[in-house]
Amino acid sequence: MTDVQLVELTVNGERHDLAIPPRRTLADVLRHDLGLTGTHLGCEHGICGACTVLVDGAPARACLLFAAQVENAAIRTVESLAGPDGELSDLQRCFGEHHGLQCGFCTPGFLMLAEGYLAEEPDASRDEIREVVASNLCRCTGYETIVDAVDDCASRRRAALQAALDTVPATAATRPDSGSTT
Amino acid sequence: MGEPSLRRDGAWVGASVPRREDPRLLTGRGRFVDDITLPRMLHAAFVRSTEAHALLTSVDLTEARQVPGVVAAFDAADLGLGDITALLDRPAEEFAPTAMPVLARDRVRFAGEPVAIVLATDPYAAEDGVEAALVELEPLTPVVTEAAALAAAGPPVHDEAPGNVLVDVSLFATEGIDGIFGEAHTVVTVEARTGRQNALPLETRGVVADWDDRDEQLIVRTCTQVPHQVRTVLARCAGLDERQVRVTVPDMGGGFGQKCVVGREEIAAAAAARLLRRPVKWIEDRREALTAGFLAREQHYTARAAFSGDGEILALDADIVCDMGAYSCYPFTAGIEPLMASAEMPSVYRVPAYRVRGRAVTTNKAPTAPYRGVSRPQYVMVMERLMERAARELGLDALDVRRRNLITEFPYRGINNVTYDPGSYLESLDLCERVLREEGWPGRALDDGRVLGIGYACFSERTGYGSGAFAQRKMQVVPGFDISQITMDLDGTVSVTTGTLSHGQSHETTFAQIVADRLGIGYDKVKIVQGDTDRITYGWGSFASRSVTIGGSAAAAAAVKLGDQLRALAAHLAGVDVDSCELDGDGGVRAGDRTLPFTELADVAYLRAHLLPKDVGPGLTATASFDVGGDGTFSNATHGCVVALDPGTGGVEILRYVCVEDCGVAIHPRVVEGQARGGIAQGIAGALFEQVTYDELGQPLAPSFMEYKVPTAAEIPDVRIEHLETPCAFTANGAKGAGEGGTIGAPAAVLNAVNDALRGTGVELDSTPLARADLYAALNREAS
Repeated sequence: MTDVQLVELTVNGERHDLAIPPRRTLADVLRHDLGLTGTHLGCEHGICGACTVLVDGAPARACLLFAAQVENAAIRTVESLAGPDGELSDLQRCFGEHHGLQCGFCTPGFLMLAEGYLAEEPDASRDEIREVVASNLCRCTGYETIVDAVDDCASRRRAALQAALDTVPATAATRPDSGSTT
Repeated sequence: MGEPSLRRDGAWVGASVPRREDPRLLTGRGRFVDDITLPRMLHAAFVRSTEAHALLTSVDLTEARQVPGVVAAFDAADLGLGDITALLDRPAEEFAPTAMPVLARDRVRFAGEPVAIVLATDPYAAEDGVEAALVELEPLTPVVTEAAALAAAGPPVHDEAPGNVLVDVSLFATEGIDGIFGEAHTVVTVEARTGRQNALPLETRGVVADWDDRDEQLIVRTCTQVPHQVRTVLARCAGLDERQVRVTVPDMGGGFGQKCVVGREEIAAAAAARLLRRPVKWIEDRREALTAGFLAREQHYTARAAFSGDGEILALDADIVCDMGAYSCYPFTAGIEPLMASAEMPSVYRVPAYRVRGRAVTTNKAPTAPYRGVSRPQYVMVMERLMERAARELGLDALDVRRRNLITEFPYRGINNVTYDPGSYLESLDLCERVLREEGWPGRALDDGRVLGIGYACFSERTGYGSGAFAQRKMQVVPGFDISQITMDLDGTVSVTTGTLSHGQSHETTFAQIVADRLGIGYDKVKIVQGDTDRITYGWGSFASRSVTIGGSAAAAAAVKLGDQLRALAAHLAGVDVDSCELDGDGGVRAGDRTLPFTELADVAYLRAHLLPKDVGPGLTATASFDVGGDGTFSNATHGCVVALDPGTGGVEILRYVCVEDCGVAIHPRVVEGQARGGIAQGIAGALFEQVTYDELGQPLAPSFMEYKVPTAAEIPDVRIEHLETPCAFTANGAKGAGEGGTIGAPAAVLNAVNDALRGTGVELDSTPLARADLYAALNREAS
């Protein structure tokens, strides 16, 4: 297994050229080749979701993907959420305000799960959010505060969108990309 | 972190301020052990036994060493380390000492036991090396169940314990107890088994070790709740001086007790780093964590209680057997579960006569360690079942039976020789019942054919065990105290060390609140230093909900001492009497008609020491220790749970959960609530979902999350939490421990709720996890 393959990855908008064995997982490449250690590994068999990243906008388990599989995709990790000046995103702030994290190990996975989901379903109800949050495991919080955080973030985004629509003349109103946070 | 804005009445304690941990954890900038990478680092993987019980006849690592990328491979003889041995100071009839070798020698005692370590340039190659190792095992009859262990038909698990009993204690036996049972109006019996569980921190165990020639030190960064104990064991196993080992702990992704014992893999990996003079990393994978990580909770109770006709408990008699698996954990030993259960089973009730026998048996399964709650989830469950059963047999209301028996006057000296800290046992029950009643649950019918059940659990938990409480256990190593050192820098900010260690409980925030109040500075001016054996005087880490009670009290005491120094210095500089000097609550000292900011005092202490009083040395630092006197502190709670049982499937859905908790002064109420919610989730997991199972040969049947069912947000309900506050008399900050209560109360509350829903079926279930098939059968039984 010493074969090496050239792989070109786009992560958080940045291109990387890598020479890696084909069996190397996306999670290991992100963490150990690119130094993006925010993506965590809790089980390496696709259940716990701590390694969740966005692949072309959709949440995916980085432990179940080989890096070579996602050459042409846009990958986003937790490191992309905060602004360049370190300012937390609305979703991150909601997790903090609702005590949606304790040890913080599962947190990047939940953040990316929620980021991808809310982009897809900005009108999600609390029950729907709970169902999606059930994709990942947390051992500290009992989940309630994670659901609260995501729900609150969704509400705030909807309110912000409504406020934006209310200030724009009716004829010019178009729906902006609700998934964008930056 | 923005300006803290949640300050309450000028006090940090009691305010749910933003957590200082959050910004780094939310941005992926936390540093967990696997995030650490060092130059020339090797990756370790372990060759593990495929048999549960076997003679180890040969370990051949020749092929493994040929695998591309593999740099070295060692078996027990190659490493040449001493064993890990945890001891109790108890006589031979009560305790059989056994050793846990770092790597198995001559014999393996559970499937998954480490036999050899392979070191390679990347983790994939290390696993290739493991595949290539040849291990010859000559199988012995495995001892898989408690019954088989006690029958002792086959070869014993340890030659030193011929009957497979590691601990056998009969701590209490009230004279005349048989007569009380003979004459009692009613005697009820509960036989309960609880499943083997995995504490399951989401971050598995791991270590990065390297030898530092300059410091002549083995530097071990590891994921542990007890860094000093890891240092002590590693130094002893490897024949190093204590100062030659430095253990540091990075961010930790949970522990829940599993990481408060010393594991063998981190010792082996550190020893390999020293041998190879190269950094070594080992990160446990989930399969290892599920099959070879420390487990807990598998217990068997046979309990009888005598009651008067009006529901007063007269006597309790219990036989408790704990299946501790293959090895005794360090430092607690296999006595951890039976000693806890035997000493504290009477729980929150006035039990006038008590007899108990507690045993730890050894089996060929992965060994056990403390897990959040330690035995209390089980004995509370059994006590609460006894109360419910007595109520049914006597035709009384189960809550009235509890009220009749709850301890209501404090301090209360129990039959178990424990003096209980004042609590709100009755008040918490009353409030819990009121909340559920006001929400309209009692009497409600579900319109979907499911059956509603409501269950309660009352309990207290000893937290913050001091040295005295642990000494009663007769551990040869006695945890208890904590030491803090506080230093103020030139800018008036402080650093405080603590021997306790956060693995998710927000120490960086709560300890800062405690210290900030004592000095009258912002909590953002306080830096907490934890998890470094070179920077912290000997400490006991975090377990038994001891951090805020004992560690927090030590930090508070150190801060008070520093405050005294600051006052004395201000008095000297202002030329006034020290008794007239006060901390001004805003980073300064009022001395007569002057106010001296801490920065000015620090400036003198460090940069203009010639201005100091003659008998005062330079610097601003203070050290204090704290130990809880007496029998420890007692938090208490009542949990109420509402379930819906589906007769069509046997499925249980938890519709509502209410927790009324009293942990004394809550330093950070939101953190306390988080501890309760997370604990309740783990308790529900034990009641309904999680179980580590084995086949008859001792092969693990739940090696992945496909088989080991961890509940998700779909199974864990929202929890309403109500706080009561009975300040603790024995700690410096009035706080009692808050880490374990959720886990302790939930199994009993869930089980009682399910039994309430089963009322009328003639079936009562006393064991967990509740099997859906049992529930289905009970709900579909013809009423007899």
